[in-house]
Amino acid sequence: MTKMHLKLTVNGTAVDCLAEPRELLIHVLRERLNITGPHIGCETTHCGVCTIDMNGKSVKSCTVLAAQADGATITTIEGLSAPDDLHVLQTMFREHHGLQCGFCTPGMIIRAWRFLQENPDPTEEEVRFGMAGNLCRCTGYQNIVKAVLAAAAEMNSAKEAAQ
Amino acid sequence: MIPAPFTYHRPADIASALKILGEYGDDARVVAGGHSLIPMMKLRLTAIDHLIDLQGVESLRGIRVSGRDIRIGAMVTQAEILADRALAAAVPVLAEAALQIADPQVRNLGTIGGNVANGDPGNDLPALMQCLDATYEIEGPGGPRDVAARDFYDSAYVTARADDEILLAVRFTAPEGGAAYVKQKRKIGDYATAATAVALVKSGGKCASASIAMTNLADTPVWAQDAGAALVGTDCSPAAVKAAVAAMQEAISPVEDNRGPVDFKRHVAGRLLAEAIATAWSRA
Repeated sequence: MTKMHLKLTVNGTAVDCLAEPRELLIHVLRERLNITGPHIGCETTHCGVCTIDMNGKSVKSCTVLAAQADGATITTIEGLSAPDDLHVLQTMFREHHGLQCGFCTPGMIIRAWRFLQENPDPTEEEVRFGMAGNLCRCTGYQNIVKAVLAAAAEMNSAKEAAQ
Repeated sequence: MIPAPFTYHRPADIASALKILGEYGDDARVVAGGHSLIPMMKLRLTAIDHLIDLQGVESLRGIRVSGRDIRIGAMVTQAEILADRALAAAVPVLAEAALQIADPQVRNLGTIGGNVANGDPGNDLPALMQCLDATYEIEGPGGPRDVAARDFYDSAYVTARADDEILLAVRFTAPEGGAAYVKQKRKIGDYATAATAVALVKSGGKCASASIAMTNLADTPVWAQDAGAALVGTDCSPAAVKAAVAAMQEAISPVEDNRGPVDFKRHVAGRLLAEAIATAWSRA
């Protein structure tokens, strides 16, 4: 099958690759670009482990065709911090035990990253509703919610200190 | 879980999209947000040789609110509906329904056009559009035409839109009085076990007009005309609500599936309708 020449910006870097139009964006990221932070879980738009940021919005990359993503600007968990550094969300997930097996974590954190830009000072209920597209089978969500709220507080106090 | 091969098209305007659609006929499909179509393509439930992506067609975007006249482009996403303050002020029930669709990620890509035009009886907006007596603007080789939402749905995935036509926009008059969309689902992200849209107008303590439509209780959305009529002239007392629920039960035809047996769905539909009437009445 004829491949398409895709142009993407992934984590701040312009990349080109060849892919069939029918390939899913998650497969392009993982198999063609070696971006393996976003995981493959249900592949049916339910679980959210493949969540990435595309053109400023959280999307499930198992339900985006490679061809649809041509020209898109994408941020994955890899784009949040340098390998030897942690984003405040990552720090708070660690401090509050927001993960156990860790499989859902890249999707959780990239979703939380966008959610806190949309709503920088959320209530617990708003966090639960805003994170509703991401499933976790280990934690019962309690510590994930705590981690997101703690990250929000941390980011807000850093913002205040900077002003 | 990868779709069968297809040729991808991304036209920049509606004329080009219609031309491609005309050229390939049944072998072509348009895709908006893709959150109904791509899962079906992955399951190989639908064969598409030519996929026409409408994301480049600027004329399908945009929300227009002028007084009570509302026009929403087919490519407007659920998230864009939720973010539009003028729209939320004019038609709060639309945001109420859109917020109950799937989850944040899906709402970021799922569009109003895909939701109403796909013909999936589980989708939420078709019943709301029937309740509000919306008009769908459709364009094909013969030019544009209007179809009423109440006339659009023939059976599951079969609609009044011909294969060579594209939905351009949804148009309706913001309801006077009060409205509500009430949905029961097993979990966030699920389709409705049952859901209902109610819009009614209160005048001098009585219901002056009422419109009721139901989601996922037949192979199409169901506009329950008699159920609405049962409320008119009443004060939406328990007896009137009971009559409306009874009329609604005549109009729906749920089938047993993994969301429950028929009796359960009818029970849920009745409870939801009573709740939606009470909520709409309190807002009227």
